[in-house]
Amino acid sequence: MKATRLSPRPDTARRATRREKLVEAALLAVACSSILSLALIAAFIFKEGLPFMIGYGPGKFLFSSEWRPKAGLYGIFPMIVSSLLATFGALGLGAPLGIASAVFLTEFAPSAVMKVVKPAIELLAGIPSVVFGFIGVMIVAPFVRATAGGPGLSLLSAAFILGIMILPTVTSISVDALNAVPQSYREGALALGATRWQATRMVVLKAARSGLVAAVILGMGRAIGETMAVIMVAGNAVKLPSSPLDSVRTLTANIALEMGFAVGDHRKALFATGVVLFAVIMALNGAAMTAIRRKGRRG
Amino acid sequence: MKLRLPVALLLGASILASCAKKLESITLAGSTAFQPFAEALAENYMDTKQDINVIVQGGGSAVGINAASTGAAQIGMADLVVLPAEAAGLVPVVVARDGISLIVNPANPVADLGLEELRRLFNGEIRNWKELGGRDAEVTVVSREAGSGTRSSFEKIVGGIELTDDAIVQDSNGTIRETVANDKNAIGYLSHGLVNDKVRAVSIDGIAGTSESIVSGLYPLVRPVFFLTKGERSGSIKDFIDYVLGPEGQAFIVEGGLIAAK
Repeated sequence: MKATRLSPRPDTARRATRREKLVEAALLAVACSSILSLALIAAFIFKEGLPFMIGYGPGKFLFSSEWRPKAGLYGIFPMIVSSLLATFGALGLGAPLGIASAVFLTEFAPSAVMKVVKPAIELLAGIPSVVFGFIGVMIVAPFVRATAGGPGLSLLSAAFILGIMILPTVTSISVDALNAVPQSYREGALALGATRWQATRMVVLKAARSGLVAAVILGMGRAIGETMAVIMVAGNAVKLPSSPLDSVRTLTANIALEMGFAVGDHRKALFATGVVLFAVIMALNGAAMTAIRRKGRRG
Repeated sequence: MKLRLPVALLLGASILASCAKKLESITLAGSTAFQPFAEALAENYMDTKQDINVIVQGGGSAVGINAASTGAAQIGMADLVVLPAEAAGLVPVVVARDGISLIVNPANPVADLGLEELRRLFNGEIRNWKELGGRDAEVTVVSREAGSGTRSSFEKIVGGIELTDDAIVQDSNGTIRETVANDKNAIGYLSHGLVNDKVRAVSIDGIAGTSESIVSGLYPLVRPVFFLTKGERSGSIKDFIDYVLGPEGQAFIVEGGLIAAK
């Protein structure tokens, strides 16, 4: 009798399984909808952009420096270079700062400090990019102009602002990566006579390396995709920059600036710009995934 | 208790629906230079006509032409010297005229430029203010984006402009003014009605861009502001355009620094 009391009556059990199945199907549909929308977006961008790119000549489109839509010239090389330079510039600032603050927070700071600083850094991620752009225009660009010369609205200003913008991404993912390193590693190193810093440098950072790489790559994805702040501070001149003080236009800025009025081939060229951006971001995300998977295997 | 929310929602929806039935809606889209004027005119117009709702959107002249052709907006606003081929199927009417002012930083001593000098500045042939009697400093050329009516009008009137690659591109009148106000060596252009004391307008071939010189036709950089409709104007659309063209609308336009249509 005890067993019958514990197990539910057969019809109740059947009803419960049916409900479970229903919930499962609904959740599956919801999960699929996000994948579907991604697939639709990708299909749409490629459908609009790829035929143009092939018709115009991928080599000419990717590697020529003349972007003059009125004259039918669509070369996005300067924008590819500018996007990459701004992104790597941002990483040059954001990656060391982000990882260093993560190391401080996980390895050295008392937990009270962690409780205050980590939410504060994550709050940075909630600031709208137009606000970063505004700060860039009002403070960073005039400062660059006054101290280094040039127009101020420049690659350097853009990279600086982007560097600040990716800090929360890099920091919080690095913190997670460092926290995932088993405590026993630290204890082992300390027991062998290593100082706190030696343990961090030689053991913890090595063990968390792939997680840190993932943090940097995700920050990179954020930087290359940023649009509003970059439009405001980069100056948007279409040319290959010859110094960090030159004004540049990124791929995202090009699409956002011209999409409103572009028609015909010009519009398709902007979609093709989107295809290039899409490919770059997919490659970066793919790299991040690989890095994270590798961490899982070792870990 | 449980019924209260659905009932309230239903009531709200029916009220909204009855409102929507009563209100007729006109959408304007296009020129960012004329947008503030259109918004104010729409407000004034809606004060007198309770049953018509006028919505104003920006986007630039090319967007205005697109929106009017596709029907996304009933009235497209475009401030261009010459309407492009895409506007061929639309009926234009001039509702105002607007001067384009060349602005420099107040700290810049250069006070007058000729059309030829403008051409060479924006083509990147004059690269230092010294060549124009100013300081020994490199010029920062600031331009609007390619779809801007102000830009295409400016390039059309000055003629022969192949914008230098070094030019900084900003996508509204306001950001052009901000950029020039912040950069001692910048030159840019914007709608005459939007010049303020953070920047200084230069005269063109000795003629200052004042309302008088624009009306008299002496100032060269003037473009018309068009309202474009698909097909002949009729009903509330005609009524709104008649209001803009009427004495009250035109007086408001002149007050704001633009020039009357006629």
